[in-house]
Parts: sequence; C-alpha cells; structure tokens
Amino acid sequence: MKLKPPSPSELGDRLRESEVWKSIFRPGSIFRKGYKDTSRDRALATMNNVLYHLHPVKLKRHGLKLTYTFCLGGLSFFLFILLTITGIFLMFFYRPMADIGGAQAYTDMQGIRTTVFFGDFVRNLHRWGAHLMVFSVTLHMARVFYTGAYKPPREFNWVVGVILLFLTLGLSFTGYLLPWDQLAIWAVTVGTSLAGYSPFIAKQFNIVLLGGVVVGPETLLRWYVLHVLALPFVLVLFLSVHFWRIRKDGGISGPL
Amino acid sequence: MARDDTPLDQEVFDKVLKEQLDAGTDRRVAEGRARSAAVRAYKAAHPEEEAAPAAAAAGGNGEAQAPAAAAALAAPAAAGAAPAAGQAMVAAAPVSAPTRTAPLPTGNIPTPKKGAPDKHRLLALVPPEGIQRVEREQGDRVNVWPHLLIEEFVAMFVLSVGLVVFSTFVNAPLRELANANLTPNPSKAPWYFLGLQELLRYFHPMVAGISIPTFILVGLAAVPFVDRNPSTRPGDRKIALTLFTTLFMFGAVLTIIGSFFRGPGYNWIWPWAQGVFFEL
Repeated sequence: MKLKPPSPSELGDRLRESEVWKSIFRPGSIFRKGYKDTSRDRALATMNNVLYHLHPVKLKRHGLKLTYTFCLGGLSFFLFILLTITGIFLMFFYRPMADIGGAQAYTDMQGIRTTVFFGDFVRNLHRWGAHLMVFSVTLHMARVFYTGAYKPPREFNWVVGVILLFLTLGLSFTGYLLPWDQLAIWAVTVGTSLAGYSPFIAKQFNIVLLGGVVVGPETLLRWYVLHVLALPFVLVLFLSVHFWRIRKDGGISGPL
Repeated sequence: MARDDTPLDQEVFDKVLKEQLDAGTDRRVAEGRARSAAVRAYKAAHPEEEAAPAAAAAGGNGEAQAPAAAAALAAPAAAGAAPAAGQAMVAAAPVSAPTRTAPLPTGNIPTPKKGAPDKHRLLALVPPEGIQRVEREQGDRVNVWPHLLIEEFVAMFVLSVGLVVFSTFVNAPLRELANANLTPNPSKAPWYFLGLQELLRYFHPMVAGISIPTFILVGLAAVPFVDRNPSTRPGDRKIALTLFTTLFMFGAVLTIIGSFFRGPGYNWIWPWAQGVFFEL
C-alpha cells in the first residue's frame, strides 16, 4: 500500500480539529473550525475573546460612524499600549542615574541611539507616540464635549476622563526629563518653577517632587519611578473604571 | 436550537410581514414580528411536535431527572390553580407579592440517601422582587464583530503605519548633556504647557501657574454637574458649545503663540522671519 502525504488543506483541517487548537480558540472564534457567519457566531466571536469582550455584542448603528467618535478614545488606548511596549524595551537599556561624576542616564540615551539594535527607532516611536497621545486624549475630550456624551448617566465617566487627561500629561511630563539633556532639564525646570508659586506648600512641593530645591539627580530617580511604574499603575486603574463605566452607562452615547 | 431551524408557517410569515411593512414598520422589526407570528401559528397547528422532544428529554435522562422536570412543568399549572404546597409558587407569583423572608435555618443537615449519585443539582427559585426589570428600546443595533472591530483595526493600522514611517525618518531630539549652569535661550516647557507659559507673560505666576490650571481642571471635572441641559442636540446647546469652543480655541492659540511666536528671551518673533524656536 502506498501512503500519500496529506495535502496542506487537509493538514490545516486536522490541525483545527485537534484538541490543542480547540482548547485555545473558544467557540465562536473565527479561527475555529465550523465558524459560520451567523448572528450567533458573531456574538460569540465578541464574547469569547479576552480583548474583544470589552465591547458589547451589539452597538447602536450610529456608533460605527467615523465622524461621531473619530476613534479617538480607542486610538488613545492603542497609543498607551504602544508606549507601554516600547517603554519596556527602552527600560532594558536605561539607568536613571545622573551623579556629578558622569550622567549614566545621558550615556545610556546615546547608547540607545547608536549601539542598541533598533534603539533609535523605538525611542522615536515612544517619543512621537507620547506627544500624539497627549494630542489624541485632548481631542477625545473635545469630541465627548461636542457630542454631549458627558450628560447623565455619564457624568462620572467624564470626571474619570479628566483624571485620565491629567495622568496622561503627568506621564508625558515625567518622561520628558529622562533623557537628561539640556532640553529635558530646562523644560522641566520651567514647568515645575510654576509650582513654586503655589500657596502654603511651595517648598514642600518642590522637596517631594524634585527631591530638592532644583531639578537634580534625585528628581531623575523620582520621576523615573513615577514614569515607569506609579503613574501607569494609577492610569490603568482609572482606565479600567473608564471602560467599565462606558458599558454600564449604556454603551456609546447619542445619536445626536 | 438555532434560530433558522425553527419551523414556521410560511403563509402566516408572508402575510404578517406585508401587513407590518404596509403599516410603515421598520423592516427588521417587521421581520421579527412576522417570524414570531409564523412560529406561533406553526406550533398551534402541530401540537404533537411540541410535546415529543420534552417527553423524550424527561424519559431519556433516567429517573433522577424526572422530579425536577415535573416541578418545572407544575409551576405554571400551580399558578392558575388553587394554592399548591411547595416553593414552586414563589417563582410564579405576581410582581406585587408581599416581601417574603426565607425560613430560619433548622440546623438539620440532611444526609444523602443510600446509593444516591455523588453530584448535586441546583434549582434556583428567584422571588419576583429579586428580578431586575430592564426596559430598553431595542433600537437599530449592529454586531460589534465584524463591523466595529474591523473599523477599529483599520484605525489602529493607519495610525501604526503613520507613526512607524514618521519615526523612521524623523529622529527625536537629544541635545547636549544637562547643565544646570547653562540656561538655553529660550527655555520652554513641553508644548502642552506652553499655553500656561504664555499666560505667565501677562499674569502673576500665582495666577498663571496655580489659579488658572486649577480652575481649568476643576472646571472641566465640574462640566456635567454645571451643564444640566439634558439635550445633546447642538441646536439646544448654543451657550455650552460657544463657551467650550471659545475656551478651547483660546488655549490652542496661546499654545501656538508660545510654541512658534516666542524666541530668545521669550520675546515675540515671527517664525518665518526669525526662525522657529520650538522642540518636541
């Protein structure tokens, strides 16, 4: 008897029938054998996916209109993910040290630009993505205002959104210091000098946030921890509430 | 059972659909109503098919299943008939039933019968006051997959491509090593704070740096509690829209001035004449 090797399509079918494949892709996944383009399988495709199930199974038809949301909220979230990934990459090659003898942080920045494989490109993505995120979050807020999407029952989600905008600015500003070049240190000096005029707590404010009276090595370490851990952590908490409340408040607002 | 497998009376379907469409009902709604009427008509005409699967289910799963199935069948009957013993009444009672309290725990833990299978079933009896009634219009809804998810994917893809191309060709700035003794001229904050830095030219730092930012943040958070106008139609929101647009534009103009129209010494310049003093 002559054995014939299975054709690629047969192999694909066998793979998709295997227990391993079926254990990974839940019913309704478009990668699972037997997916039918029916209302039921479309619903399952949303429900049975860890990422997609942030969405409802169905949404109001007008929510698809690009000129209603401009996808700004979703793109802001996407940028946050992108910044997290590129940021983790950069953390491998960066030490937040700026002692008097030599600024390791700045040396590491030069290393990222010159010797790290794809280092410059990833840093560009991180920097431009960060500016873009500040921009898109601001525009998202404007969109929500213009569509009146902050009105009951969504008042609290608007407040959460304002907090998220504030955290986004905080993340961008703390990251701005990390290259430890002239641009960074002086932009931060100018930005934080305003806080020195706050009533009653000017001195305490500077000491807590800057670790001294001026921007220095202590500031770098503090802002690094804020930038890579503290602020993202808080942001993710508020982001979860933000997404959860969208669903609980009845999905997308409108139509106008 | 899949929806398409449900047998229905085609004649009734066509008739009701036409009636509904003539009455000006939306096609989706009309089809739904026609389908439900047709299925009901079919079931009324074929009562024997309805009974067959239920009997098979009750008989096929062994004796243990039978009491539960019987209880389920008994519940609707009991509601119409004289008050029956047992808790089945709770499920069928009308919404206005008085609040019931659960019987106090007796403390007797029942011992399983000899030879009983080592598993248990749960039959939940939900008092009607425990049911949350949600009244929502069905409206015109579409499936998130594929419609919304594809749109999101395209948006993400376009943004990624744009960002990758931009990052390939434009390098992020890295100036010389930080030097606390050498102030660059001009020194500017990051662009999103340049509006505030611009305000610093006109107001006391206390006002520009503390009062106004606090006012902006608190004011923004307070928007939904100040604007109690329930309408979302732009025509009904002229004041809100005008105010927001004015303030937003004000911020944008200040930021643009701070970014491009301020040069050495933070003095006024024309970017096309003296050049741009702005770094991202």
